[in-house]
Amino acid sequence: MNAGPRTIFQKIWDAHAVASAGGDNSLLYIDRHLVNEVTSPQAFEGLRAAGRAVRRPEKTIAVADHNVPTEHRDRPIAEQESRIQVETLERNVAEFGIPYVPLQSRAQGIVHVIGPDLGLTLPGLTIVCGDSHTSTHGAFGALAFGIGTSEVEHVLATQTLRQSPARNMLVRVEGALAPGVTAKDLILAIIGRIGTGGATGHVIEYAGAAIEALDMAGRMTVCNMSIEAGARAGLIAPDETTFRYLEGRPLVPSGEDFERAKRIWLDLQSDLGAHYDREVVIDAAQVAPMVTWGTSPEAVTTIDGRVPDAEAASAPEKQQQMRRMLDYMGLEPGTPVAGLSIDVVFIGSCTNSRIEDLRAAAAMVRGRRVADGVRALVVPGSGMVKAEAEAEGLDAVFRDAGFEWRQAGCSMCLGMNPDRLRPGERCASTSNRNFEGRQGPGGRTHLMSPAMAAAAAIAGCITDIRTF
Amino acid sequence: MTPFTSITSVAAALPEANIDTDKILAAQYLKTISRAGLGSKLFSSMRYDAEGAERPGFILNRDGWRGAGILIALENFGCGSSREHAPWALLDFGIRVIVAPSFADIFYNNCFNNGILPIILDRAQVDQLIVDSRELTSATLSIDLPSQTVTRANGVAWTFDIDPDRKQALLEGRDDIAAALAQDEAITRWEEESALIAPAIAGIGAV
Repeated sequence: MNAGPRTIFQKIWDAHAVASAGGDNSLLYIDRHLVNEVTSPQAFEGLRAAGRAVRRPEKTIAVADHNVPTEHRDRPIAEQESRIQVETLERNVAEFGIPYVPLQSRAQGIVHVIGPDLGLTLPGLTIVCGDSHTSTHGAFGALAFGIGTSEVEHVLATQTLRQSPARNMLVRVEGALAPGVTAKDLILAIIGRIGTGGATGHVIEYAGAAIEALDMAGRMTVCNMSIEAGARAGLIAPDETTFRYLEGRPLVPSGEDFERAKRIWLDLQSDLGAHYDREVVIDAAQVAPMVTWGTSPEAVTTIDGRVPDAEAASAPEKQQQMRRMLDYMGLEPGTPVAGLSIDVVFIGSCTNSRIEDLRAAAAMVRGRRVADGVRALVVPGSGMVKAEAEAEGLDAVFRDAGFEWRQAGCSMCLGMNPDRLRPGERCASTSNRNFEGRQGPGGRTHLMSPAMAAAAAIAGCITDIRTF
Repeated sequence: MTPFTSITSVAAALPEANIDTDKILAAQYLKTISRAGLGSKLFSSMRYDAEGAERPGFILNRDGWRGAGILIALENFGCGSSREHAPWALLDFGIRVIVAPSFADIFYNNCFNNGILPIILDRAQVDQLIVDSRELTSATLSIDLPSQTVTRANGVAWTFDIDPDRKQALLEGRDDIAAALAQDEAITRWEEESALIAPAIAGIGAV
């Protein structure tokens, strides 16, 4: 138990520390375990080999998202290896009695979208998944983090995880974001400031007026990309915005139970005087629309910025790395980011595929046409988001403009399903990683907000939505 | 888990910060349902050209370094995706030790769970090891976990820090799941008590 005033992270940790696990380490109880088809087969195989059962199948939920095609859902998955991985998941959940959201279900979608959709993401919980973007769920004041497959097996067998303590980092965002500047721009600016390894070993707590002003979708975008700053997790204390979002969702407690839960959840916020190992203050008013130019999320600039010159980097190995980035990205130093022509636009991923993201993108698109030669995809994060968007007529807005309107899945965020970039293609993407080959071998990714990506589709090049 | 005690091997350096797990093992190779056989796909975009031929300049393609069991890297090695396929590929290739100034958290945990020892040294020491690794005459390192030492080819030995419990687990090749299952009583007690305090954390139920 941590002594004295505690952060929200320490409170959740203390409440879940079941036993000591040697030295400073604790055995942490896990309330929710999300399972996908890519990082679980070897874990189930391990259970079988050791003759072990799943301790709490009812605290586990499985869904296929990484491999699934985003069109022709009525047909079997064409790529054999992908099909085998999904079928293996289906066999494993049946054998071990784990709740499963089938591909044909209206609830199917990206695991980090359906958790909040269904209300299984709640404040104060510990949530893990064999996927680094599990940090998304921290937006609700949960301690949520990605784990490896050995740890997936550990959680399946024991409902606990051996964890070493993390340090606390506070990112306080003061003031208000300017019009046209979104949660995505904010988190890209934070990563640009602290670097891709800037929060290693830390759990980030986001606070301040600009964070409080974000809706839940925006908070999820911010927490989602905490891992891109190296953080173990990112979280935001629950408040009325959180409760409004939660109330009435299928798996959220109702009536008296909800009122009682709210009182417990409000007590989660960090105590006055709680100690942070590191604090970063950001002035929200200074944040502009952001675009990445390189192959690391920290390689980012403002929309009015230029591709930097490798010679300006401090150390020789950094210069070499920058030259490699520019070479891969096919960019010349000094080129303005605005005006870079693009081949593909991807609106989707666990970072930006929620209804609010689709509304923001649709607002840029309404009554306009996708530029000639640009392939543009909108991939809702879940079947529920898709249905909601269709009820609002957003699908028609996108389709009329020349976008492809797809079914839910990870899609072009990573090259594991048919939605991929071809070598050399340049993409305006709302996803979270611009690593080499991330969207397909040789593909060139520029990360940005949904509104910015939508505007790029119309203009045919990266463009400033503030003057669009 | 495979135990780890010591190794003497040629070290290969990848002197680049922020090498992500997509680069260690690309997404197209994650479609396996097995842990084995990923070594040939390790660092594929750096190791092979578009036609699948070896890039002669890449360190693990050079005679003398093809069998390297130790990797020297820079800051934040293993960042990005949580894929344990990255350490599986390293292990399958034959890498048992990685030395760097810092590691990404999930990757760091994944290494221990696969019998790979990640060693954190100061940047200046890592820089020295990178220089050593360039010539085969000085590229061989000895790593000894019991004494927590890295010994260079010239006989100079440096010590490194490691969590004592992690160290013990690696030396024994401990089954962490069995160790946690031994705490069953504490886990069950936690479950019973929490059910009384917070009904919201009950099971997920039918979807």
